[in-house]
Amino acid sequence: MTSALAALGRPVLAALAAVGRVVLFALEALSHLLRPPFYGREFLAAVMQIGWFSLPVVAMTAIFTGGALALQIYAGGNRFGAEAVVPQIVAIGMARELGPVLGGLMVAARVASSIAAEIGTMKVTEQIDALVTLSTNPMKYLTVPRLLAATLTVPVLVAAGDSIGVMGGWLVGITRLDFNSATYLKNTVDFLEAWDIGSGLVKGAVFGFIVALMGCYHGMNSARGAQGVGAATKAAVVSASVLILAANYLLTEVFFSA
Amino acid sequence: MIELSGVHKAFGANRVLQGVDLTIPRGESMVIIGGSGTGKSVLLKCILGLVTPDSGKITLDGQDVTTTDRDAFLARFGMLFQGGALFDSLKVWENVAFRLLRGALKRPREEAREIAVEKLRRVGLKPETADLFPGELSGGMQKRVGLARAIAAEPEIIFFDEPTTGLDPIMSGVINDLIHEIVTEMGATAMTITHDMTSVRAIATRVAMLHGGVVRWTGPVAEMDATPDPYVQQFIHGRAEGPIPSVR
Repeated sequence: MTSALAALGRPVLAALAAVGRVVLFALEALSHLLRPPFYGREFLAAVMQIGWFSLPVVAMTAIFTGGALALQIYAGGNRFGAEAVVPQIVAIGMARELGPVLGGLMVAARVASSIAAEIGTMKVTEQIDALVTLSTNPMKYLTVPRLLAATLTVPVLVAAGDSIGVMGGWLVGITRLDFNSATYLKNTVDFLEAWDIGSGLVKGAVFGFIVALMGCYHGMNSARGAQGVGAATKAAVVSASVLILAANYLLTEVFFSA
Repeated sequence: MIELSGVHKAFGANRVLQGVDLTIPRGESMVIIGGSGTGKSVLLKCILGLVTPDSGKITLDGQDVTTTDRDAFLARFGMLFQGGALFDSLKVWENVAFRLLRGALKRPREEAREIAVEKLRRVGLKPETADLFPGELSGGMQKRVGLARAIAAEPEIIFFDEPTTGLDPIMSGVINDLIHEIVTEMGATAMTITHDMTSVRAIATRVAMLHGGVVRWTGPVAEMDATPDPYVQQFIHGRAEGPIPSVR
């Protein structure tokens, strides 16, 4: 009985300890946000890497998702004569849920992995130690610019993804479902409220923070060798993806529960 | 002067340092020798604060390194890492001038670049190398760039971690000569970790041998060959038989 409890307790304690380490890491990073020195070049490089270069993959995801969503809503709505709601549901679905979540997941796959691999490689090749000996705080130089860039650029990616997703729905609506173009767009605009879009952008900021945090945390704690970097990369993507989905539920509960 | 007294460090059950006592006088070139896994790099990282000792005291000019101002302390050091540890995403000159482009020693970019090119020239690299990325360089050139970075801010103390590992004998000789010249002309205090005996004879003024987590022998390099210490004799002559087990 005691050994069974111990077997159960050990992974729980390990999980709690891991959560504690991530929280301490995040707090340390946040504490550096407002304290100089600030590394502007590293921040701009991270904006390009996380934001600009993620745009194609987010756009592709959004356009196909918007199109598929329009087809599904049309097919489902057809059962009870509600085909006309396609523009409204595509818009609300993209802005509130699919835009931020799929955008966040795509950025997690692309960015969390690259951050973890880059920082992990820097760690195993002693580049992090070299930073310290060159009087540069690795947390300030590597983590803070990436956290800030991801938190600021993922909402922009989400906004772009929302627009492209709605366009995907519109394209399918007018070419495959016989919707009138102007009516489709008018219904979309009339139905959407500011908070539908705003809540998605807030989610995007939170997801961006999660992505960069997981990439940096696992990279900084990478074990030695190629296997260690590989494991850190995998852990960064998996943990970022799961945390994004969990955070999405919590935020939806906070924003939209009656 | 750097002084270590009773420095202990363990990683789990592996007790790497078990009471290291060592003094590195100002202006001396101390070389630490010892087999692989004897804690030479850990010792060096303890001094720099990259690894925290479990117990013991490390002082620099009488000041405890754990209580001194960190930035001011590190500004006195330069370090050449075993693998170079050059930043892949930065050009060679940006690597060399890293310290001069940010922080307390920040200079205008053009001035920092000029200093970097001059330091590259000092280690035998042409100005054209400055705009390459580290991935475009050979192992020997990377070591030279690492050396240029270590001396860029004119530090008082320079650490060299296995400076000739992975290099052919000729390039090793070039690096050894460069280290000797630079340390001498800068009047710097140097600490080198190596198990390359050619490096020891080329670089050292004093030698310390680390074995079993403690300093087994220390003395001037000129006395190293004559010491009766069986551990030192086995190590410097590379014998399989002796008190140091050959299978570790």
